[in-house]
Amino acid sequence: MDLVIINLIDGLFYGLLLFMLSSGLTLIFSMMGVLNFAHASFYMLGAYFAYQISMYLGFWMGLLIAPLLVGVVGALVERYGLRRVHQYGHVPELIFTFGLALLIEEVIKFFWGNNLMAYQEPEILKFALFSIGNNAVPAYKVFMIFTSVAIFIGLLYILTRTRIGMIIQAALSYPRTVEALGHNVPLIFMGVFGVGTALAGVAGVLAGPVLGTFPGMAFVLGSIVFVTIVIGGLGSLWGALVASLLLGWLTTFAASSSFPFASILESFGMQRPESLSDSYLRDLWTLTLPQIGPILPYILMVLILVFRPHGLFGKRDV
Amino acid sequence: MTDASQKTATITRAPALSLGQVLPWVISVIFLVAMPTIFQSNSAITIMNQMMITIVFALSYNMLLGQGGMLSFGHAVYMGVGGFFCMHLMNIVETNELPIPLPVLPIFGGLFGLGLATIVGSFSTRKAGTVFAMISLGIGELIAACSVIITAFFGGEEGMPGDRTYFMPFFGIEFLQQIEVYYLIAFWTVLSTLLMYLFSRTPVGRMANAVRDNPERAEFLGYSARWVRFFSFSAAGFFAGIAGALFAINYEILTETNLSTTQSGVILLIAFLGGVGFFFGPIIGAIVFTLLQSVLSLQSEIWQLYVGALFLATVMYFPGGLAGVLMMHVPAAKFGKLGTLVVPYIKTLVPAIIAIFGLAALMELLFHVRHASAGDDEMTLFWTTFDSHSVLPWIIACVATVGGFWLARLSAPSLREAWHRANTPKGRPA
Repeated sequence: MDLVIINLIDGLFYGLLLFMLSSGLTLIFSMMGVLNFAHASFYMLGAYFAYQISMYLGFWMGLLIAPLLVGVVGALVERYGLRRVHQYGHVPELIFTFGLALLIEEVIKFFWGNNLMAYQEPEILKFALFSIGNNAVPAYKVFMIFTSVAIFIGLLYILTRTRIGMIIQAALSYPRTVEALGHNVPLIFMGVFGVGTALAGVAGVLAGPVLGTFPGMAFVLGSIVFVTIVIGGLGSLWGALVASLLLGWLTTFAASSSFPFASILESFGMQRPESLSDSYLRDLWTLTLPQIGPILPYILMVLILVFRPHGLFGKRDV
Repeated sequence: MTDASQKTATITRAPALSLGQVLPWVISVIFLVAMPTIFQSNSAITIMNQMMITIVFALSYNMLLGQGGMLSFGHAVYMGVGGFFCMHLMNIVETNELPIPLPVLPIFGGLFGLGLATIVGSFSTRKAGTVFAMISLGIGELIAACSVIITAFFGGEEGMPGDRTYFMPFFGIEFLQQIEVYYLIAFWTVLSTLLMYLFSRTPVGRMANAVRDNPERAEFLGYSARWVRFFSFSAAGFFAGIAGALFAINYEILTETNLSTTQSGVILLIAFLGGVGFFFGPIIGAIVFTLLQSVLSLQSEIWQLYVGALFLATVMYFPGGLAGVLMMHVPAAKFGKLGTLVVPYIKTLVPAIIAIFGLAALMELLFHVRHASAGDDEMTLFWTTFDSHSVLPWIIACVATVGGFWLARLSAPSLREAWHRANTPKGRPA
């Protein structure tokens, strides 16, 4: 029972981290119709900026300033990069963001090198808040969970209850009409892109100390974030939330269980071969759930795309 | 990215072969046969082998992206799985002493790539665009992750080794030497390039272009966009499998890196740099990239940064790639005015190149100052050794960058004017 609760908390932590990335990505998609391949790279930029700032001004200033910087970089990328490529169509846009992801990783390596950065959580939060059984739950994780929930509520409030949120929603569906009403739609797009990347930056600042700040951190999370918004349904904020939590719990529970696949084979009446090394099915006999945990999201995504192309909550096809 | 004028020309052309059609192939064959006698060193032949394998792979990738409008992030899977299958075949031949000569191995690799592509293509080609890109990414990650789980087929982290010399001798050749492998790969490169070119001329290849440009209209004409995509996808899988088999023959080992999404990204980069709008674009891309890789990686630690910047610049400013830039000069050449462009080009490009080298020197200096071990102040750049912490190299690099950029900007308007004049037919006011 203790293990289940611990896994629930860990899954929630990972799922909310995914959500902070996927919410920005899904907003950007519903706005521009393009999947931002470089989204996880902005997450990485957030972690590195925060590390650099925390060396001089401490963790809390990093949490405040780094996402702003990332947002500015994102807005500039939209203004001078994406908007230019937009005229060629969606596929070149996707290729552009892919190239951007490559370039950001190389720039990070250029300035900070290949090693893991010594970026750590603040001293105040370095204690175990409570413990379940023998497992301590660090205060930092709980802090992170609450921060991301606060961000989600704030985002939902701005998008559905404020005037600017209404304009953004209108601009997503009817950009021309909104433009005719006198709003600067390209500016709104730039702003949403900036906010989306800044959200990724926040995720980076918060996740950097826990998951490690290194040049491959974008690559580790990048494709999972895609999978999340495809499963949740592109453009749907609620879908992104549900899919993030689903994937978070799925991967944590898969990683901690010790369910062997041999038992399935035996239930089909198959005999375990005498010498495993000669059998072509030897991998099936030794397979365990933690091993296939990392590929479960991809299997889920392919199934979703084949059987329900608009995702769990999406209203339109990808 | 479309080559509309070229397309109409092909449709109206008489079916008989003209000299202009045959000549490029004859020249390339002569070129490929002659190359090893010019560059005899082993390292040169290694680079050329790698280049040819990349050419086949990049062309097969362009069957999707350039000709079919399908952006794939997982094409390395078909090459890798085809290669792994060939590795197993090699081992089976070795243990059972089957009478199969090595040169037919690529057929089996291709068939296996084709088989995998038909399975995946049966559901992934339903839509083009983002859905296809996402499914290809998912399948790519899936199979790449499987490579460490299914060790019976993929060999786990050590990879799958083999030995090509146990095959039945092919007219006395046992492929012990690198040069024999070179000619084997060259033969298969020419053959598959020719087949891919012919495929792009068949009705299904032509329809792939139509479906890429306007799937709805193609459907109205009675073609199933999905089937057209499926045929292109399967054919691309076949040729990727051939590339995998050539890789297996050349390196005699395949590892999980052959399947990784990084590899799929690299081939996208190569095809796009070369230009996806023309059949020969990926060939240029493969040659240029392999040369860049083997030359730059020896000279600089941050060569991937340069490649990334070059790629992004290509996407933003030259979406036609290198082939597109080359083909831009065709109208001027037809008017016989290509010569008038030479002087303005030199005036603008030489300062621009100086500026780029200056910028690169600045980056190298910065990188060295930041990352070299303490006390190691000496660095070598452009065949000169100097102290990276002294002021002079920084000044030289800055002056080269700023000065070159300024000069290039100064002469850019005259280049634009010359370009405009060169593209105006004679007798008409410019």
